[in-house]
This record gives sequence, structure tokens and C-alpha cells, in this order.
Amino acid sequence: MSEIRSDAAPVLRVRGLKLHYFTSKGVVRALDGLDFDLMRGQTLGLVGESGCGKTTTGAALLGMPSPPGRIVAGSILLDGRELVGMSERELRREVRWSGISMVFQGAMNCLTPVYTVRALMAETWREHRGESGAPAGKTPGRGEASAELEALMRKYVKLVGLPETALDRYPHELSGGMKQRVVIAMALFLEPELVIMDEPTTALDVIVQAQILNLIKSLKKDLGLSYIFITHDLATEAEIADRIMVMYAGKMAELGSNEEIFGGAGTVRGKGRSDSRSESPSGPLRGPLHPYTQKLLASTPRLKKRVSELAFIPGSPPDLISPPPGCRFEPRCPYAKGKCRASEPPVRDVGGGHLVACWKAVEDPEYERS
Amino acid sequence: MSAPDTARAAPSAAASADEAVLSVKDLRKEFVSKRGRARVKAVDGVSFDLRRGEILGLVGESGCGKTTTGKLIMRLIEPSAGSIVVDGMDTADLGRDEDFAYRRRVQMIFQDPYASMNPHFKIKDVLEEPLLIHGIGSTRAERMKLVERAMEMVKMTPASEYLDRHPHMLSGGQRQRIATARTLILNPLIIVADEPVSMIDLSTRAEILHLMKSIQAQMGLSFVYITHDISTARFFADRIAVMYLGRIVEIGSQDEVIDHPVHPYTRALIEAVCEPESGRVDTIRKLEITGEIPSASDIPSGCRFRTRCLYATEECATLPEPELKDIGGGHMHACRRWKEI
Repeated sequence: MSEIRSDAAPVLRVRGLKLHYFTSKGVVRALDGLDFDLMRGQTLGLVGESGCGKTTTGAALLGMPSPPGRIVAGSILLDGRELVGMSERELRREVRWSGISMVFQGAMNCLTPVYTVRALMAETWREHRGESGAPAGKTPGRGEASAELEALMRKYVKLVGLPETALDRYPHELSGGMKQRVVIAMALFLEPELVIMDEPTTALDVIVQAQILNLIKSLKKDLGLSYIFITHDLATEAEIADRIMVMYAGKMAELGSNEEIFGGAGTVRGKGRSDSRSESPSGPLRGPLHPYTQKLLASTPRLKKRVSELAFIPGSPPDLISPPPGCRFEPRCPYAKGKCRASEPPVRDVGGGHLVACWKAVEDPEYERS
Repeated sequence: MSAPDTARAAPSAAASADEAVLSVKDLRKEFVSKRGRARVKAVDGVSFDLRRGEILGLVGESGCGKTTTGKLIMRLIEPSAGSIVVDGMDTADLGRDEDFAYRRRVQMIFQDPYASMNPHFKIKDVLEEPLLIHGIGSTRAERMKLVERAMEMVKMTPASEYLDRHPHMLSGGQRQRIATARTLILNPLIIVADEPVSMIDLSTRAEILHLMKSIQAQMGLSFVYITHDISTARFFADRIAVMYLGRIVEIGSQDEVIDHPVHPYTRALIEAVCEPESGRVDTIRKLEITGEIPSASDIPSGCRFRTRCLYATEECATLPEPELKDIGGGHMHACRRWKEI
């Protein structure tokens, strides 16, 4: 097992996590053995195509896989506490929102239209604190809150850049950007250590997107939060994530620091990769090693640099009921050889905690010969 | 009508250089709410020319009127004012038969390839339907030949493998190819593509754009590419028009608009885009724009961007709205203070 080198204890440690969907057509191995650590105060980006298991990972961490999914193996340690196997009640009262919260994809469009922001937040409080949140003798959820709850709500609404009056607004009175701020406030106000953000900017316009990314960054700094940031867009990960985990077909393809994945200034991407690697095994200017990451990056459009050719990845990800026996990316990989078809590449540390699961990237001698 | 129009398919470069195949002048569309309380000016004076064989990117945020402009060009809705001239013919004067012919020559690719196909149809039915509607091909065999040819153009080969499938049996990318084939089968002059790749996975997005671009070049088609994503517009379009609150604020070649943007809105839009490069995780971006887009039912006086502009002065509010001005090479913008900022 490759360990991420750091002296600090991770806030989250995931080992051998497997989540399978038990469908009538067979067992879909949506997450098939995932290992990663998240350090306190850091952002881990999860990136990959639709169906690669990014959102499933988020749901697994909250202990709420969507049916017919089930965690079948592995361990999730939040601050050293095992979450796999916890009862639903424990998860709801002690983990969800107070330990790990999540901004779901499209959540801003799922705010109950007949509740004010205050009532919505009070409901979240009731669910996860088990207290009504209303002043003594009052019915909960009618726009009145205990002093403690009210103070918290005000604090967080202001922290996300909204006026306190937003608490009295209904969702339809707010713009898309404001609704997303409300959703973020709701994810933060029970003061979790870890916040999972699933495509929090995808549905927003570019300028609002940039504003929300700025907000997410400044909250991380001010509150010392740790994030898991899920998106299909590598450009957004470049902006927000300290480390990036590239997923493919339910597995980790590559995990590296922002610099390792996106390269430093003046890096030549693609060609000549293996030469520069042998020169400085832990140098920061390597760029991605896995062919999938390389392809994904090459197919990300750039605005400020004119390109005449955008790469794409032919074919589509494999069926996860009967994935290929070797490397899961092999059918679409331009560098695939016999070894890739025969056996699945393990995750290896190529230096400095840069992890990659590819026979070619680790210069496997059998790969070269096959 | 079923034979391909070869003269149009291969226009000579010299003759086509500046010829406008679509000319939009002072186009306006106002929506009035049920009780007449709000008048929403979705499109508020849009003018541009689409040249033969050109891809024009219409770029802007939600609510800027880009999709309404597309619908107006498609004649799916009637303009409140202004004119749309296609190939020398004003669309306001079209009779019933001419209107029918118009719809054949101006085709649309929709954003959602899942929603824009009848789920009960097989792929061959999806592609045959426009031929039936327009009375092209007298026998089924003849029509199937055209269907197969269109499938070849979008690289869905062998066609026989897909013809009997239903839309849900295809991937998003394949479906968008079929949607493209469905427009090509009518041999159109202009294609309006409204966010054709925004619902497609990034890994295949480029594949679809490449395909559309090569078909466009091969057939000498003209494209209006409507998108919120200025990065794909840079890759796909020849010229870019940036819209804000129902108007074009800047238009020019994609290199000019993106490398030398003039209008403060275009500049803010470009600044806000994330690039796949490292080194920004710990920095808060400076955004040269404030607040949010105002409602189209209450457009600010003077320059409509002034309420969010960092450079706006008293004059920007009181003087009449600045018109598009050419600063050379067809690069036009609507900012009064561009020299000072």
C-alpha cells in the first residue's frame, strides 16, 4: 500500500473502499478498491468522466449509497473514527453535517420552495442535532429559532457573503449564485471538519462560478476546512484542489499534487515524459503520468492559448458489471500492450506521494517487453 | 430538390469572402407577462452578419438573450421588431410555401440530445422523418440511401449497426451525431447550434466539435454557435459576439476578442474562466465586475453594463447607449470609455 508522506495525521483515511450496486443485471462494481488520505486544511479534487465513481465516493463517505448500492468492503476513518458499519442513527446524529457535510450537485435547485432560508436551515439543525432549534414552547420550523441556532445561522449567512435578511427569503427570491451560497451556508453551519462539494459550480455562469470558487477558497482559509471537491472539469480542479485524484471506472488512475498533475510553468506535456522523470524523481515539473490524465488534460479547452486541435478519448468507459481483466483503461489507451491486457496495474508511488496505476508510467520491464 | 446543391456545397473562396448569408438588423423581442406587468426585453437591438462558410459564436451568460436570438433566427418565435435576412430574402415577407422552404435551409441542433428525439423512434425513423416532411425521396429505399449517407458524414458507420436502435441505446455523443445528421440530411444553408456539447462528457466533447467543424468546412455551411462557454467558442468559432442583457457588446474575430478584449464585460468574462494550469489554489481571483446581472425587465439607462462596471462614470448613465463601433478589422465594441480603461 502506498502511503502519502506527511507528518500530520489525515482528517480522512480511506482504505480498500468498495461500493457495489446490486442490480437485476448483475453486480456493478462502481467503486472497486479505493485508497486515499486527506490532510487537514487541504482540498482533494476528484475528477473523471461521468460514471467513474466520483459522486458514489461522496455518497459512500456519508454512509448513504443510493440503492441498490452497498459498501461491501473497506474502511473510512474520519479523525480516526471508523464510519463503515456505523448505525444509521449514529451516522445521522454524529457524522452527517457535524462531521462531514455535502453540497450535492444541483442542490441549489432542490431547496423546498415553501420554506424560507431560516426554516430550511432550522430543519437541517433538527435532523442532525436532534433538537428542535425552536425557542422553548414554540413549534419548530415556523421561522423562529433558539438564540444559539439563530446566532449560528446569522454568522454563516454572513460568512458566505449574504445579508442577514436572506434568512427571511424564499428560494425563488434568490438568484442562482445566492442560492448556491445558501446551500454552502447550510453545509457549513453545523461546523463539520470535512465538506464534500459535488460540482458546486457546474450549473452557474462563468462569473458567478468564479465568485463561488473565491468564496470556497476564502472559507477554507478562514475556517480551516478540508474539502473533497468533485467535478468533471480539470480546469476547475487546477483552480481549487491541492491534490487531485483522477478516477477511471471505479478506480484511482492517478493522484498527485496540483503541480504534479498540471505541471509547473514551462512544462512540456506529453512527449518526453519518461526522460524528464528519471532526471528528477520528485521534481515538481512532471505533469501527469497516466495516459488517461494526459488525454483528459489535452481535451480540456484552453481560453488563453489558441489550439487548432483538441484531443478526445475515443470509445467509452467499460461496463462495470464485467470490467476488463487487465487495466480498465486498456481498451481506450493508445499505449496499451500485452501486459496491460493481462494484469491490472497496482497503484504505485513514483516519488513524493505521486501515485499512479499504469504499467507504462512506472516503466514496468514486462510492459516494455510485451 | 433531393439532389444536393453542389454550387452551394463548394463555394469559391473569393466569391464567399464577405458575403452575408444571414443578416440580422436591430432585432428585438419583448415578452410581456400575463397581466402586462413586466415587459422583458430578452433581445434588445441585436445586429450582425453571418458570412458564408463562417462559424459565429454567440457567447454570454444565462439571460443574455443568446437562445432567444437563436429561436428568432429559427423562426420559432416572431420578433417584436427588426429584420432577419437569409440569403437575400427577408423572413418577414415569407409566404407559407417559402416559410416551409426556409425551415429546410435553416436547421437547429439542440442542447439536449436526450430530449430532442422521439424515444419510440428507431434511428432510421429519426433521420427519415425530415425527408418525409419535406417530401424528399419518392421511395423508402431512396430515403434510406440518404439516411445512410448522412450517417456516414457523422461517422456512424457501419450505418446498419445503428439504424434499428432506439435513441436510448446510444451514448450522448452518438446521439448528438445523429442530431447533426438529422440537420445535414436536409442539406441546409445555416445551422443554429444551441449549446450542442454542454451535456456531453468532456472526453468526447472535442470529438463532436471536430466532427461539426470538418463537416462545416466540407459543405461550406454557416454556423451560429450559441454557448455560455467561451473556451469552446475560441476553439470552434471564427468570430465571437459577446452578448450582455439582450445586446451585443463586442464582436470580432475570436483572436481579437479573446486576446485583445476591449469591452469591460468581455474582459471580466475572460478573466473569470479557469485554465488547466497550476499555481492559483491559494490566490483569490480579482474579478473586474460587481454584483449580478440585472433583470431584463428593468434595463439600466445609458450603457446597460454600467451598474456592474468598475469604470462607469456619470456620463455612462446619462448619455444614450453607446452603439457598436469598429476599431479596425471588423472588431467592434460598445464602450464609450474604452480608451481610458
